[in-house]
Amino acid sequence: MTPFGLLYLAAAALFILALKWMSSPATARRGVFAGEFGMFLAIVGTLMRHEVVNYEWIIAGLLLGAVIGVPLALFMPMTHVPQRTAISQACGALASALIGTAEFLRLHPSGFMMAALGVEMLLGYLTFTASMMAFGKLQELLPSRPVTYRGQNLVNLAIFLVAAAIVGALVLDPTKTALFPIFIALAMMFGIQLILPIGGADMPTVIALLNSYAGLSACAMGFALDNKLLIIAGALDGSSGFILSIIMCRAMNRSFTNVLFGAFGQVHAGSAATEAKPVRSASPEEAAAILEDARSVVIIPGYGMAVAQAQHKIRELHDALVKRGVDVRFAIHPVAGRMPGHMNVLLAEADVPYDKLVEMEDINPEMGMTDVALIVGANDIVNPAAKNDPASPIAGMPIIEAAKARTVMIIKRGMSAGFAGIDNELYYMPNTLMLFGDAKAFTAGLVKELAGGH
Amino acid sequence: MNFEFGLYVFMLAAFLGFELIRKVSPLLHTPLMSLTNAIASISVVGAILISGEEHVSTLSRVLGFIAVVAATTNLVSGYLITDRMLKMFKKKEPSRK
Repeated sequence: MTPFGLLYLAAAALFILALKWMSSPATARRGVFAGEFGMFLAIVGTLMRHEVVNYEWIIAGLLLGAVIGVPLALFMPMTHVPQRTAISQACGALASALIGTAEFLRLHPSGFMMAALGVEMLLGYLTFTASMMAFGKLQELLPSRPVTYRGQNLVNLAIFLVAAAIVGALVLDPTKTALFPIFIALAMMFGIQLILPIGGADMPTVIALLNSYAGLSACAMGFALDNKLLIIAGALDGSSGFILSIIMCRAMNRSFTNVLFGAFGQVHAGSAATEAKPVRSASPEEAAAILEDARSVVIIPGYGMAVAQAQHKIRELHDALVKRGVDVRFAIHPVAGRMPGHMNVLLAEADVPYDKLVEMEDINPEMGMTDVALIVGANDIVNPAAKNDPASPIAGMPIIEAAKARTVMIIKRGMSAGFAGIDNELYYMPNTLMLFGDAKAFTAGLVKELAGGH
Repeated sequence: MNFEFGLYVFMLAAFLGFELIRKVSPLLHTPLMSLTNAIASISVVGAILISGEEHVSTLSRVLGFIAVVAATTNLVSGYLITDRMLKMFKKKEPSRK
């Protein structure tokens, strides 16, 4: 075994330990360190290989990458974590696509190696454009609503099949290089097409899925270069992204194909028939008075909290209520926000202790004994239609059963429907109070009332 | 039969990945994603190999260089932000009155 082979072996073991230690918050930071050290060993091992003779370009590339990467990590506000993940994913996928391209141009391989490079480039290029599109939508540079047209799935399928057919042709006859640029264009186009019909609520699933593709692309590179470390690291990432997207799908009671091929945003004509029903609204003073008298409060955050950057004010509200002896907990729906675990990170940033964050399955049995359910910028994840209306587009999606609480308070900017375009009957229930306003401003109002009350 | 061996490695690593990830609490799903995202930047190995070769065309050299930059960006920002996020997860109520 070569010295670099030993370092690669150690790196693979460290990546496995990194994932193992991620299982609990107590050891998670050790996991990151293991991952960093593993990557360091992999790079050192590679630099030691005798094929590597030119160092200038490598050093320049490593330095430039670090110069771009450090500010991207340190100055990105936590609310922008989904965007950062998307752009970082785009970088990783681009790297793997370009390496595949360079190898192809250099070796003009055929047979198995070409097949591996083909998979690497296909996944690499499509993940690159798809991640850039996801970034654009999350950053609101692009319209975040789903874009659909007739025959969309057919077009996508055709693009994919032609791209795959070109790989097949190159496997059989590597001299057909004229097809190669067409292949790259198709792969990139497919990535764009893949994200067009994706709306905000599907982002967690899609980001996780792209993560998986990026990993599988690295894995395919491992097959092409006959490098086991790449295969292992890529497979770990591939399975991680895959399992997360399955968890997300399950949390919305939707199948994979449904997320990718059935845009959610199409408003169902039947459910759009809303007459003006009366709602009860309340001022910060009234709401604060009710919160003060409560024994238990469950706060249910959604993407609106991230948009309004309200997490710090929410934490102040939590503090003020805890000081008065109120039991305050947070109910976290698996798909709340724009990426898996989004709400947990934001609340952690605001210094909410993580043992106060309760998962949906654990909080639901207790919702009936809760005095106040305070919903901040969430809509579909608390919509009772998911349980009661089989015709609803979100039918069967597990929800946090806010409706069972004695009083339901909903901080919301206006009466507009949620992402899925469905009305929420929760708003019209007799025990519901609508708190109209910006999430951050309204919460600040509540905190002020609670502070000045006594 | 190196290819077959590679497939076995892939199969084992994928199952191991499934088992490990299933145990991760949903609390940490975002840091988990940035960590695995950073691990995927292992493609930097391939990028270094391309850029470091003695006899390659200018085009391959340029592609390799861009790949090193892109993979390193992914790597550095991925690990740093994961750590930044994890630092924020605290169990105890911080005592501040």
